[in-house]
Amino acid sequence: MTEETATGFAQWPLGNGPIGEPLDRVDGQLKVTGKATYAYEQRQGGKPLYGFLLGAAIGKGRITAIDVSDAARAPGVVHVMTHENVPEQGAFGPPVVPNGYARPRPVLTGSAVQYYDEPVAFVVAESFEAARFAAGLISVHYDRQPGAFDLTADLSKAYKPEKLNAGYETDSTLGDFEGAFAAAPVQIEQTYSTPYECHAAMEPHAALALWSGDELTVYMSTQVIANARGALAATLKIPVEKVRVVSPFTGGGFGSKLLLHAEPVFAALAARELKRPVKVALTRQQMFANTGFRPMSIQKLRLGADRQGRLTAIGHEVWSHTARYEESAEQTAVFSRSLYAAPNRLTRHRLVALDLHRGEWMRAPGEAPGLMAVEVAMDELAEKLGLDPIELRMRNEPAQDPERKVPFSSRALVPCMREGAASFGWDQRNPRPASVRDGRHLIGIGMSATIRPNAMRPAKAEASISADGRVTARLDMTDIGTGSYTVLTQIAADTLGVPMDAVTVLLADSRYPQTAGSGGSFGAASSGTALHYACRALRAKIVEAARRTVGSPFEGAELTEANLANGEIQAGNKHETLADLMPLIAPDGLTAQGAAEPGASYKAFSQYAYGAQFAEVAVDMDSGEIRLRRMLGVFAAGHILNPKIARSQLLGGMIWGVGAALMEENVVDPRYGQFVNHDLAEYHVPVHADIPDVEAVFLEEQDDKGNPLGIKGIGELGICGAGAAVANAVYNATGIRVRDYPITLDKLLPKLVRNDREI
Amino acid sequence: MRPFTYERAGNPAEAAAAVAARPEAKFISGGTNLLDLMKLGIEHPAHLVDISRLPATIEDTIDGGLRIGAQVRNSDLAAEPRVRARYPVLAMALLAGASGQIRNKASTGGNLLQRTRCAYFYDRNMPCNKREPGSGCSAMQGFNRGHAVLGASDACIATHPSDMAVAMSALDARIETILPDGGSRNLAMDEFYRLPEATPHIETSLQPGEMVAAVTLPPPPPGRQIYRKVRDRASYAFALVSVAAIVDAERGRIGGAQIALGGVAPMPWRATAAERALGGSGSSEARMRAAADASMQGARGYGHNEFKIELAMRMVQSVLTEAA
Repeated sequence: MTEETATGFAQWPLGNGPIGEPLDRVDGQLKVTGKATYAYEQRQGGKPLYGFLLGAAIGKGRITAIDVSDAARAPGVVHVMTHENVPEQGAFGPPVVPNGYARPRPVLTGSAVQYYDEPVAFVVAESFEAARFAAGLISVHYDRQPGAFDLTADLSKAYKPEKLNAGYETDSTLGDFEGAFAAAPVQIEQTYSTPYECHAAMEPHAALALWSGDELTVYMSTQVIANARGALAATLKIPVEKVRVVSPFTGGGFGSKLLLHAEPVFAALAARELKRPVKVALTRQQMFANTGFRPMSIQKLRLGADRQGRLTAIGHEVWSHTARYEESAEQTAVFSRSLYAAPNRLTRHRLVALDLHRGEWMRAPGEAPGLMAVEVAMDELAEKLGLDPIELRMRNEPAQDPERKVPFSSRALVPCMREGAASFGWDQRNPRPASVRDGRHLIGIGMSATIRPNAMRPAKAEASISADGRVTARLDMTDIGTGSYTVLTQIAADTLGVPMDAVTVLLADSRYPQTAGSGGSFGAASSGTALHYACRALRAKIVEAARRTVGSPFEGAELTEANLANGEIQAGNKHETLADLMPLIAPDGLTAQGAAEPGASYKAFSQYAYGAQFAEVAVDMDSGEIRLRRMLGVFAAGHILNPKIARSQLLGGMIWGVGAALMEENVVDPRYGQFVNHDLAEYHVPVHADIPDVEAVFLEEQDDKGNPLGIKGIGELGICGAGAAVANAVYNATGIRVRDYPITLDKLLPKLVRNDREI
Repeated sequence: MRPFTYERAGNPAEAAAAVAARPEAKFISGGTNLLDLMKLGIEHPAHLVDISRLPATIEDTIDGGLRIGAQVRNSDLAAEPRVRARYPVLAMALLAGASGQIRNKASTGGNLLQRTRCAYFYDRNMPCNKREPGSGCSAMQGFNRGHAVLGASDACIATHPSDMAVAMSALDARIETILPDGGSRNLAMDEFYRLPEATPHIETSLQPGEMVAAVTLPPPPPGRQIYRKVRDRASYAFALVSVAAIVDAERGRIGGAQIALGGVAPMPWRATAAERALGGSGSSEARMRAAADASMQGARGYGHNEFKIELAMRMVQSVLTEAA
């Protein structure tokens, strides 16, 4: 079913059911009582064996000898796997393949080491402790070779990738950028850099694998069931139908659980060999090198404007890293093709191949690092023009998508900035930097625009109703802490006109209809639309059965779908609950399917969610310490399915932005290629004390171009621009512009005026 | 983690004797640092003697000071009314350290004896003289933003991570130990800690089996007590620089001060040169500036940590200014 027309989707009437209500999470109680079962807690298949990975001690080179005899003899050890005895697996293939998600991801493929901490051995034992101890007894000799670990040192070797993530074009040009920039009376030309960052999901990557004959079941922590399933089948060289992947709860992913990593492969290989279930979790330290990270970026911004602040030229060029063996090309400048109007434009992406693991999508790939450059450059331009930063952005509001030349499906950047400015007290900002003090602190306010594409991916869902009137939805969508269970329950209940507690949503099992899972902020729109359609189809079936069944109170009645509401069929003065009616009209229950596809409107319209973010910081003049004081995000993202859960999503994203601006950095040691700080004591993310006062609000927005529910993705929206708002606030506080993130106190100190008691 | 045996000690002397009796035995109290290091294979004792259930008392001393049993938990010490009233710098330092959960477990003795957080010490693949004597120091030419600018050696530039010990150093705390033979020693902080020199793996002057029994604080010196910790986030981060100071000042005129610095050296660093400079002549302003400069006399940066020299001087001056 699809109800798309040339002008958009017929919108499902909202307001009568649970969609839009700030409901508690349906799985909240399970989670707070510890009954939500995560991958490593699964107990299927009886007592498992435990695996432990040993990582490479070098960044590049070759294993010359590996001696596992002590490990193999250690108490409790049943198996040690190395490249010398690993079973046959599918070949990895070239750096770029059409579908990287489904490619084989073999482990222990040979003696070559491609990145630091890459698994070189796998120990399986009766306990986790025994496996870990034995892993420490393996003696590996390496021939260490010089590697390239430093992006800045190798910029001259940058190359142009064929395509970017998500299929975006590598470069774009419009008009005469170079000429227009050179002629612009006001110019900004600056280079910004963002560091490697770690997803640091709370739940470590984990898997439990068990075989039944030639059929494999893997309980694992993943964002996308189908990705894991396809890649596992390809790696193990077995038909995809023989692989079942189950992931009822995932404790955060943020993009680090889109791809198959080593742990399920090891678990599956060892379980097959040993004929027992095998369980593996990565340690926190291992997650840093082995589960992807945000690539570092160097971004050159060139903005040309006339004296009134109208942009005549926008140039955004990006250099980032990729692994040598597998290409990943973050779409850092892509949003610049749409955010502001300007007749002359240029975006470029270049990659430098390094001997590091590949980068992976991390919350808002593209926008998160990209806006930390663009929105600071806009702040710099506003200052140069003597214009208010919000006014500058308003003067460059495009009437249509500037590069695609198609209309926006909706665009609420200006209302978000206006609303945010009023609520936050933007008029109190002193445009002269370093001019507001509170004791020994300098106070500053900054803002940023927020933009994030609204995406949809193909998804399917099934909805059924049993004879007792209970509804069950099945789809392989995941809930990675985002609230999928809850919003899908709301969608099913709303669509079917039944109460929330009549609906059970079953997720994240490859036996259920395939969705695109959780990623790219497309989860709710894709899975939600598919489930909505399934429920619409089920609704029609119920009504039809009520009308057609001999002896039904509604036999022969003129029923439409509208007759189903509040868990009842109503017509005239008759009403019957579904629980009463179902045994009569469909004693075996009824089932229906639904499917969602990105429609023609994605091509015909430019679809984004927008927002505006505001931050106030205090900078200690003596120490240079920067602390957030308060933050506000105002967002417009279509219909909000559940304002309570959505608020949490947005706050989480904003807090990530604070971390990106002020503290997050995976430091690579260019001598060895390792991430120096690889635990949560040394890789800093914000703690509660860093986030004293943060709020997210939504503006009402109607957008019928994406889907029948009028929803847009919000999982990544909050981080977009959050870091830039903080960075601009730091500048407003201190007059010091740090363009090399994160903005740590050591970068401020050399220019920071000391606290002077007389002032 | 290497398999190990375990026993629970009945009393301090028994504990000391039990550790002395085995070459690879170690005390364990809260375990907040030791267990992490054991899991990573950096510490690998064959035997653990659990002292966490030995009496944990805080007693007044005859001279008006305080005797803090080594098993007193960090949270309990920070909440102790006598500490809050008479040694607020110690309570502030304790609460600036770690997290609530860790402070609930961590003991006074264990806090003194915690190992450095140098990332190269924590990565067994990296050369580290502290972990593997003679293997070299990776931090010297590596990422050393958190490392020492004072008291380091060519063998090691790691810092001591404690906040508590910095306040204790400023307070002239002494450390009381129990020896395996039943005797005891009483050490000043700078006798207790050893600088790395050529043997960074030896961090204290404790003998095999010698156990920290208590920390004694002399009566609080007159003056305002301040603990200021500079860090990369508002909580749960080790100090880049910290200052513990007891400043005797009246109406803006500085008298004497006791100042110790954290985050800058392999041990809590008593800033004696700064204290001397404060005692010199001239205006309070001038003496505070002189003290700030003197606090970093002989300091040396290694690249990423260069900023600590400027930062520490600013912090000494800031704290003195606040106290004056």
